[in-house]
Amino acid sequence: MSLPVSSLLRPLPLHSSSRTRFHGSLSTSSTAVLLAALLCGLVLSGCKKKDAAGNSNEIVIGEFAALTGATASFGQSAHNGVRMAIDEANANGGVLGKKLRLVTEDDQSKAGEAATVVRRMISRERPVAIIGEVASSRSLEAAPICQQNKIPMISPASTNPKVTKTGDYIFRVCFIDPFQGAVLAKFMLQRGWTKAAILTDVKQDYAVGLTDFFQDYFTKNGGTIVSEQSYSSGDKDFKAQLTSIRGTNPQAILVAGYYNEAGLIASQARELEIKVPLLGGDGWDSPSLVEVAGEAMEGNFFSNHFSSEDKSPAVQNFLAKYKAKYLLDPDAMGALAYDAAMLLLDAIKRAGTTESAALRDAIASTTGFPAVTGNITLDASRNASKAAVILQIQDGKFRFVETVAP
Amino acid sequence: MKPNIAHIALAAGLVASFALNAIAPQLDDYAVNILVLAGINIILAVSLNLVNGHTGQFSLGHAGFMAAGAYTSSIITLSLSPVLSTAPAWQGHVAFFGALLVGGVFAALCGFLVGVPSLRLRGDYLAIVTLGFGEIIRVVIQNTEALGGARGLEGIPPYTNLLWTFGIATVAIYVVASLVNSTYGRGFIAVRDDEIAAEAMGINTTKYKVTAFVVGAFFAGLAGGLYAHFISYIAPEGFNFLKSVDVVVMVILGGMGSTPGVAAAAVLLTLMNELLRDFEQYRMIVFALLLIVLMIIRPQGLLGNFQRRKRKPAQP
Repeated sequence: MSLPVSSLLRPLPLHSSSRTRFHGSLSTSSTAVLLAALLCGLVLSGCKKKDAAGNSNEIVIGEFAALTGATASFGQSAHNGVRMAIDEANANGGVLGKKLRLVTEDDQSKAGEAATVVRRMISRERPVAIIGEVASSRSLEAAPICQQNKIPMISPASTNPKVTKTGDYIFRVCFIDPFQGAVLAKFMLQRGWTKAAILTDVKQDYAVGLTDFFQDYFTKNGGTIVSEQSYSSGDKDFKAQLTSIRGTNPQAILVAGYYNEAGLIASQARELEIKVPLLGGDGWDSPSLVEVAGEAMEGNFFSNHFSSEDKSPAVQNFLAKYKAKYLLDPDAMGALAYDAAMLLLDAIKRAGTTESAALRDAIASTTGFPAVTGNITLDASRNASKAAVILQIQDGKFRFVETVAP
Repeated sequence: MKPNIAHIALAAGLVASFALNAIAPQLDDYAVNILVLAGINIILAVSLNLVNGHTGQFSLGHAGFMAAGAYTSSIITLSLSPVLSTAPAWQGHVAFFGALLVGGVFAALCGFLVGVPSLRLRGDYLAIVTLGFGEIIRVVIQNTEALGGARGLEGIPPYTNLLWTFGIATVAIYVVASLVNSTYGRGFIAVRDDEIAAEAMGINTTKYKVTAFVVGAFFAGLAGGLYAHFISYIAPEGFNFLKSVDVVVMVILGGMGSTPGVAAAAVLLTLMNELLRDFEQYRMIVFALLLIVLMIIRPQGLLGNFQRRKRKPAQP
């Protein structure tokens, strides 16, 4: 019984019909090729190479930032800082007798977008210089493009050392991870905390870098790391890692990561009765840090680019202007982005031109520029060498503790 | 062999890639950027369509295969770069092609490894396994110091140009279209339309599913290699679950199982993303609305051919 049925079911008749379908549907695939070519043509007709800088009465400054997406808080602050600097300069009559025009592009905190928006900005607007980005991963995408087009790029807050190694047109106004890691290690050792535990966000390039350089300095100068734990951004439960850290009795815990998780980690650490202080880097700098953790955050430390408690006129001036303009307290990203823009405008004035090589040299020769985040001198590898501050959380406020010089 | 329309289309596509590459110096960087991204998206969408559309297996791990190819080829070109930086340009491109192929083969191997055990699962279960696999690749890279970890790999030589991108896109379209429309390839569609019936007809459904998976992963690996050598910087975060979803959207919008449809959708979505930039923060809202409207008007996708699955009412 089974034999004849199976022979009946054998898929014999398919052959002839499949041949005809082969032709039919491949002609549709060639229409697809045509369609694609047509679409491409449409785009291209709109994007022919333009001649550089159309309007000679203005200077175009480019900016790319994460205005939306995962790190939008940093991107928005940075954008506010840059906009404030440009508006101020325009109110004072512009630079070199010309008005400034700020062109901002949003990279959505997404990989691949930074490269696209920077190319778009360069092709369409020919900015004399570009300011961006806070996140090192996105600065690394944009840097080769700026270098290739010989457009100076100033990153406000990318602390990964690799960013400025891309080439001689890439600068930054912040300190770099090795320095920040060393600052935290130095601070701990000064207080006599020689047994430290580390909790790192392995998903963030910034956090991994900070941990590496911290560990390096700390162990070379007599400290011991008693426990190394990790987590990933987006995690909500850190009790397993914290319990394991508690068992090793550290005197302090380095939490390398951003503010969202740091808040949760602090409250869970207090629940587990871990009494030693937690320390973090500039990624902690956000009002949300205390909102999430509340009381649990009290007494913890983090390193930062500037302190709003600094009594110097530069800082107090900036705070007053920022509050008046945006009705918000600025964070370090806002201050750094403001500094990046101010440094650029100063360099344009000193160069007396917006020609790219002259502008690059003017930026590179910046020495002792009085910025909100400390006096900026750019070193031979185009990094800012300046001091870091250590802040402590007291009564929900970030209190200035001390300045650590490079 | 007698030339047929498939070979003509292949030749035309390759000639068009050459022509496009030749006029590239006339275009601004932004236009080239959009074209390259569109080409990479075509490769991703067409290759995923072989799995999701033609074979009917819902895979959510395409970004994982892309990452495998991107990292493999980047490691190769980075380790060769001291030699190649002084060599003539054509040698660099030959090495790049070799690196791309190795990346593709490695991605295909990953596809095979995940395919063999998991393709015994169906529907939602398979989707979850492939999703998990994509995440595993990403997390492994994130924790491997030699691959740059979370900090990523930078300084990858920018070999990708319009010729490579559209040449490989043409080959991807040709291979997938020919495979599906061949006598052998009817099996993919049989598996999609009714897996039990196909099995009863003597079709080795697992073999077909694994084949689709391996071929899809191979081209995803090539796309990853092209992407890495275009942006010059890759980090594991760029190959997360959302990247896989982007590709799935292209396949669904284009019409599951329609190669021309998904290629058109890949181009359309790339362009839409750029054209909507002027809407700034409202962009994603407009983007989502357009997708919803499109899916209401054409639930089968732009060029979907699902209507042939509708049975005509039986004649008395």
